[in-house]
Amino acid sequence: MLLRHTNKEIKPRESLTVNPAKTCQPIGAMYASLGIHNCLPHSHGSQGCCAYHRSALTRHFREPVMAATSSFTEGSSVFGGQSNLIQAIDTIFTTYEPDVIAVHTTCLSETIGDDVNQIAIKAVKDGKVPKGKYVIHTSTPSYVGSHVTGFSNMTKAMATAFSKSTGVSNGKFNIIPGYVEPSDMTEIKRVVKEMGIKPILFPDTSNVLNGPQTGKYKMYPDGGVTIEELTSAGDSIGTIALGNTASADAARALDTRCKVPCQVLDLPIGLAATDRFINTLRTVAGVNVPASIDLERGQLLDIITDMQAYLYHKKVALAGDPDQLIPLVEFLISIDMMPVHIVTGTPGKDFVKRIEALTADLPYKVNVKAGGGADMYLLHQWIKNEPVDLLISNTYGKYIARDEDIPFMRYGFPIVDRVGHSYFPSVCYKGGMRLLEKILDLLLDRIDRDSLEETFELVM
Amino acid sequence: METISVLEDRKNQISQKGRDTFEMACEKKSLAGAVSQRACVFCGSRVVLYPIADALHLIHGPIGCASYTWDIRGALSSGPELHRMSFSTDLSETDVVFGGEKKLEKALLELVAEYEPKAAFVYCTCIVGIIGDDVEAVCKKVAAKVGIPVLAVHSEGFKGTKKDGYKAACDALFKLIDLNRKPEKQIPLSINILGEFNIGGETWIIKEYYRRMGVEVVSVMTGDGRVKDVQSAHRACLNVVQCSGSLTHLARDMEQAYGIPFIRVSYFGIEDTSDALYDVASFFKDAPQIMERTKALVQEEVCAILPELAALKKDLVGKRAAIYVGGAFKAFSLIKALKHLGMSEVLVGSQTGNKEDYALLREMCDPDTVILDDANPLELAKYVMEKDAHLFIGGVKERPIAYKLGIGFCDHNHERKIPLVGYEGMVNFAKEVHATVTSPIWDLVPRKAFNRAISNKG
Ligand code: SF4
Ligand code: SF4
Repeated sequence: MLLRHTNKEIKPRESLTVNPAKTCQPIGAMYASLGIHNCLPHSHGSQGCCAYHRSALTRHFREPVMAATSSFTEGSSVFGGQSNLIQAIDTIFTTYEPDVIAVHTTCLSETIGDDVNQIAIKAVKDGKVPKGKYVIHTSTPSYVGSHVTGFSNMTKAMATAFSKSTGVSNGKFNIIPGYVEPSDMTEIKRVVKEMGIKPILFPDTSNVLNGPQTGKYKMYPDGGVTIEELTSAGDSIGTIALGNTASADAARALDTRCKVPCQVLDLPIGLAATDRFINTLRTVAGVNVPASIDLERGQLLDIITDMQAYLYHKKVALAGDPDQLIPLVEFLISIDMMPVHIVTGTPGKDFVKRIEALTADLPYKVNVKAGGGADMYLLHQWIKNEPVDLLISNTYGKYIARDEDIPFMRYGFPIVDRVGHSYFPSVCYKGGMRLLEKILDLLLDRIDRDSLEETFELVM
Repeated sequence: METISVLEDRKNQISQKGRDTFEMACEKKSLAGAVSQRACVFCGSRVVLYPIADALHLIHGPIGCASYTWDIRGALSSGPELHRMSFSTDLSETDVVFGGEKKLEKALLELVAEYEPKAAFVYCTCIVGIIGDDVEAVCKKVAAKVGIPVLAVHSEGFKGTKKDGYKAACDALFKLIDLNRKPEKQIPLSINILGEFNIGGETWIIKEYYRRMGVEVVSVMTGDGRVKDVQSAHRACLNVVQCSGSLTHLARDMEQAYGIPFIRVSYFGIEDTSDALYDVASFFKDAPQIMERTKALVQEEVCAILPELAALKKDLVGKRAAIYVGGAFKAFSLIKALKHLGMSEVLVGSQTGNKEDYALLREMCDPDTVILDDANPLELAKYVMEKDAHLFIGGVKERPIAYKLGIGFCDHNHERKIPLVGYEGMVNFAKEVHATVTSPIWDLVPRKAFNRAISNKG
């Protein structure tokens, strides 16, 4: 009973986060960088952060995660990290031979005020960046935002560092998939292609962080968006950004820079959000929805109708990232479940507004909080005050689930005690089917577990 | 196999026994730009103090440092579990500009009121060092108010390596002991166990041996730790230090301050465990019954496990292992334990070894063994492939590399689930190695399947 310490009585906490529902910016930037082909992420700061970020990503994906660090010392923290970074760039290009180094800052280099842009320019001037190779960078102070902010910042850096507009259309659409699993990126690509549209997807971690067993060690796996594609993104017909928090900034930057018109949609999670995604693809590209996609939608709907009796008014508590939670809450409501407690550690007023709008017509009041004080501890307190039938969160939710004996669906980042998330999608109609299967398995298992001998049933 | 090159500047941090004669370079800062497997000062102090289960561990800094160290250590407690919670001041931009002292004070007061811990540790992370919060002062003030020890742990990440973090932790532990310093009587036939963190319940195994020997364990630092026990540590007769570097510093301080001598031991493998127990027994010369009991204990335990080991060994003879661990001391024990299983080592590396460590390693190793200091994944992969190892022993970041290369893996770091110390630990280790090395999965690995296809043709 690890969480016996959780107190039911909710007092305002101002100075304290207990059991966080977020982590810091650099890890998001590191994850995004891994979605560029032949790219080595670089952490500009001291060794520890980089080690933690790599370990955390390694635990989640069960894949080797490479990243270099500026290895700050006390000296660098006084005199600045310029010489470290220039030496690092030199070392990396001569030893690890990436096409791109993607530099992100940490709280340390941010606080001492290193100007990474100027350092990168100096590195080029000093001849440390070989021809045809690139250094891109972004600022990711960890005392602002969360891991999602870091992801967003690096994605934006990708768009602005490479894209060019030549005036000749490439006939493609840019798709910015957001902070989702590699499996989701694969699925989004598949659906877009199924619609007859040629995508440039970035970042794209599919096959990078869910790669095959080969018996060989490859520092740069085969996946990832290429530099040619990123450059060409400036000539695309349009951009569709999925998720306001993780993807909108990159899409808007591309619009400003290369006049590629953009639309920001929710992540296609569940029925309605996927409908909107498909419909947008249809209208912007002027294509018809193929029968194959209609079929998938129909199948998802079929599962819902077949099993609606078991979904009816089941209460759900959720913790996760804003872009995922919004369509997920919408999906749960649409299948007659009741999201009652929702937290995200990522700060943002828009999130709370969106959730309030989505839940405005419900006959009960939803608890929702974002940013400071929105942690797993608060979620647990809420659950103690109003119990739920299902908890959806990253792995850390397992303490609450065990303490309160609640069916628990792992979803989000990080998941360190189960596999599947990086191989099977949870986006689009197919992903919706998988989410539903998981939810129903949990609810039905619980009925099986709790039923009396005489009510224990074969057919459900 | 494609060749993987080695960083020019790192050449003298890699040596091959029998081929190279130069002295290993070590205890160097990692090169900027290297993909190092090393962590920071904060990490070092956090892992050492972590298992003290009735203390509050508050991380003063932005959220990341707290998130990443939330319940990752697997140090078991037989009672309170306050150490497994994650507490952070979650510094934001305004705090960075105006300082985080007020926030820290408030957080401490709130937490102490809510959880009534026996002591509090405040970990200073990088940013706190930069913005210059006077954490000492805040701790003092709060301690005076709430009446428990509140200790600043100076673990700003950039101020050195993980090793410096061990020192920061030792300083905090020493302060905790010293705060309670009263003219208390020594406890006869008693020891402290230092550098033992109860991963998978290991502390309990070791304590049971000492109980059977008739030696009293005053405190374990820090496995299944309690503040009260730590505060009595100065009453023990002897400090028994496990793990190469982490708590030797504290043992030295205690020797100076309280005249408590210390010995260094390892509880991994049959020889080292037996040596450890005998060393403690022979320290208590005036109580010969302890030595008698120890002899009986060792004999009984060794006899009990030999048949099982022999059975496992049959499948393991001649298999090759690669070892990459934090402290070099662990590597010594692992090499001896592997010998028991009929295995040899082809690569041995450490994140924090010093000159003597590497000299000793070179003495112990088989000819041609590669010895590495502060390696990166490319080098590890390179030598594992070249030497055709069957097993990799390492930590979190090495696991997927081993699996990608298609060889067995054994965690000898903090994600371990089973105890590896003592005699039963040796059996657990052998079982784990056996399970992973003999798995039929490796025959499915493309590289090997391809070789097999070729040899079938021939
Ligand atoms: S290096 Fe500094 S910022 Fe990074 S994890 Fe360590 S203490 Fe935290
Ligand atoms: S919060 Fe800052 S210091 Fe801590 S791990 Fe993140 S970047 Fe590093």
